[in-house]
Amino acid sequence: MDISDFYDTFFEEAEELLADMERLLLDLDVDDPDVEELNAIFRAAHSIKGGAGTFGFTVLQETTHLLENLLDHTRRGELSLRRDIVDTFLETKDMLHDQLDAYRNGGEPDAEAFERISRVLQQMALDELGQQQALTQAPPVDKAPAPAPAVSTPVQSELEPAMQAVEEGKGQRLSITLTGVSDKDRALLVEELEHFGTMVSQSGDTERYQVTLDSSESKDDIEVVLCFIIEPEQLSIEVAAAPAVAASATAETPVAEAPAESASGPAEASTVPTAEAVSDPDSAAPKAESAPARPAGKAGGKAAKGSESSTIRVPVDKVDQIINLVGELIITQSMLEQTASDLDIVSHGPLVNGMNLLQRNARDLQEAVMSIRMMPMDYVFSRFPRLVRDLAAKLGKDVELVTEGKSTELDKSLIERIIDPLTHLVRNSLDHGLEPREKREAAGKPTTGRLTLSAQHQGGNILIEVIDDGAGLNRDKILAKARSSGIAVTDTMSDDDVWQLIFAPGFSTAEQVSDVSGRGVGMDVVKRNIQEMGGHVEILSKTGQGTTTRIVLPLTLAILDGMSIRCGRETFLLPLNAVLESLQPQPEDIYSMAGDDQLLKVRDEYLPIIALHHALDVTDAKTELTEAIAVIVQGEGRRYALLVDDLVGQQQVVVKNLETNYRKVPGISAATILGDGSVALILDIADLHRLDRRKSQQRHEAKRQHLHEVSLV
Amino acid sequence: MSPQASTDALVNDAASSEYLVFSLGDEEYAVDILKVQEIRGYENVTRIANVPEFIKGVTNLRGVIVPIIDLRLKFHLDKVEYGGQTVVIVVNVDDRIVGIVVDGVSDVMSLAPDQIKPAPEFGVTLSSDYLSGIGSLEDRMLVLVDIEKLLTHEEMQLVERTAESA
Repeated sequence: MDISDFYDTFFEEAEELLADMERLLLDLDVDDPDVEELNAIFRAAHSIKGGAGTFGFTVLQETTHLLENLLDHTRRGELSLRRDIVDTFLETKDMLHDQLDAYRNGGEPDAEAFERISRVLQQMALDELGQQQALTQAPPVDKAPAPAPAVSTPVQSELEPAMQAVEEGKGQRLSITLTGVSDKDRALLVEELEHFGTMVSQSGDTERYQVTLDSSESKDDIEVVLCFIIEPEQLSIEVAAAPAVAASATAETPVAEAPAESASGPAEASTVPTAEAVSDPDSAAPKAESAPARPAGKAGGKAAKGSESSTIRVPVDKVDQIINLVGELIITQSMLEQTASDLDIVSHGPLVNGMNLLQRNARDLQEAVMSIRMMPMDYVFSRFPRLVRDLAAKLGKDVELVTEGKSTELDKSLIERIIDPLTHLVRNSLDHGLEPREKREAAGKPTTGRLTLSAQHQGGNILIEVIDDGAGLNRDKILAKARSSGIAVTDTMSDDDVWQLIFAPGFSTAEQVSDVSGRGVGMDVVKRNIQEMGGHVEILSKTGQGTTTRIVLPLTLAILDGMSIRCGRETFLLPLNAVLESLQPQPEDIYSMAGDDQLLKVRDEYLPIIALHHALDVTDAKTELTEAIAVIVQGEGRRYALLVDDLVGQQQVVVKNLETNYRKVPGISAATILGDGSVALILDIADLHRLDRRKSQQRHEAKRQHLHEVSLV
Repeated sequence: MSPQASTDALVNDAASSEYLVFSLGDEEYAVDILKVQEIRGYENVTRIANVPEFIKGVTNLRGVIVPIIDLRLKFHLDKVEYGGQTVVIVVNVDDRIVGIVVDGVSDVMSLAPDQIKPAPEFGVTLSSDYLSGIGSLEDRMLVLVDIEKLLTHEEMQLVERTAESA
């Protein structure tokens, strides 16, 4: 087996770690960073470095190494964070991502970029840490977190030699804790440890085993060796310079002795190191190193372990295959059911019962399988804090990003496709929607703009909204722009219609084209993308109060609640969410317009009539309008009266793509397989209307042609 | 068997290729057997509106929606009937599965390169674009159809060209 077989796993893992890192960096409160978070960031960098080293991705390894060093100083509180430092970290993270991509594509990363970033990082190390050294004396290490808990207690008697060891600076006393290590592994580990130095003491059980070791090796080196045998989470190594501290802590605050881990209160935490930092600045460093490492290692380890055992990485096509198979199962099941329903219940009781059970199980299975594909919207939303932060900085605006409904689930294929349109909308809101600081102040609004991303379920749909509290759309400007680009508009158009204009290709009201948005390509693409996903976009806007862009999407593309209808001898399906009502048209409600076109009056609304048999050339259909049934349907925000022969019933169907083996068919969105194994086509309302119009026009042309010929004769 | 003989057999195998012979009316045609996925009866085809006549519709092939094309209509044969003998050859070309309706399937032939003559220039119906040649076998003449070219040909309207060709 080749090591390159593991590349993909590494790339995926590294990608996730980088995403984590970014999220954590963004969440970080610069003035009062959370030690747990700093540790998590450090661990992410550390893991990437380790992997990169193993696979020989040198550049990646070196870059992460530099970053890791800085992060290490940060988490120890030796490097206090500033916004620009976080920016640099983020930039490094981007660089790491580029490098990862380069390796993934089998290339080498950009050497120049690498040199630049390493210079920046080295310079930062020099500037910040040099400065920091001078400062150690004066202020206490105020952010030195969580006290060193229980671990230090058992070695109290060794207090003096430990201190000595530290002061000599060569060998040091290490306290190594192994958690959840089996006896066999432990024996191996202890043997291994003996190579590193002199064993002072060892005690404990499988749950928790403690080894005290005098060694001249560094803590990291020992950790690396031990990690060959056990997981990093199971191991914690501390420089046992702590006895002095432990003693003083016991004297001053008995609380610190309790193994309350990180929760034991920052008050005690700060008093201990402060006292020490002042009295003995030399030992402050090892103390700071030992203290945060432990609780973090433990908590982080638990979290990592938890997620490791509860998820499993599976290629999407495997999931899709399962979904397809389950779809087949459902079809077979309904086929059997049809056959069984003809049988006599009395004489075939067990069979009928079995069929019912099968039906229930099959449905449950289908539901369970479908839920595999569902992913939380957080997957999409989590990439926006960074984008908003960077863009806001670029535009010089203060923006607060709020996300709601992160846990709302959506089909994976939709999740992936929604990212681009949503990014575009967010950019638009930031650039055009939210006003600059001064303007906001003048309008009496808080200077910090608010951008809300929200997701929620509504029936079989998901609503995703991008809400800004900016200036709102400018109706006059849009109308003026529409006129100048030759779009037919009137002043009396409803607001909704005006807002829809911004989706016209090449439409932009931005006075200045920025590199953020305003080039006029985009909104039309957004609309098209979303329509392709079976959804639509709505805009709500109030001048001075902001704009809400709402994307309405079906929850999943794989299953559809449909209404089956009959026309002639053919069966078609209508998406149930497009069906509003059905009625028998009365002659007096039918109006003709311009000769050919017909309208149906439904409660004071005139709806264009689409005759299905006409649009789809169905023979043997009921052609008399009043004999047929009118189904009131909506598509792309408009309503139509669709004439069909019969309504058959409601059913859930597995959507099959026609384009896999064939092509897009006008008026049809997809196909499905019915209970009898035959294929039924699923109608696309808006497209059907377009098709109908086209056919009417053709017929018109033909008629005119014919008339013309007649008149010539 | 001597090593020499087995090598000969291999060379022979590589040179000649196997064809599935099918009939359209009285004419015999053949397609590369490696493109053929399966052969099944003609049943349960759902019509699709507003498409050329020779596209009969789509059918359910074990959960996969497959378009069905009647080559007899495409080649403008006089007599087009659907009966128990009517057969659908399911072919797999260009990562697509397509069923083609023919009058019957007769046998599988192995043709050596010297048995395949270049296709002559035909008339309008059958463009030599999608013929790979004429196979002559004693008194039989087989029209070798390059099924991949035929099915992806623009006039078949099976594949959308707009996006891909751009």
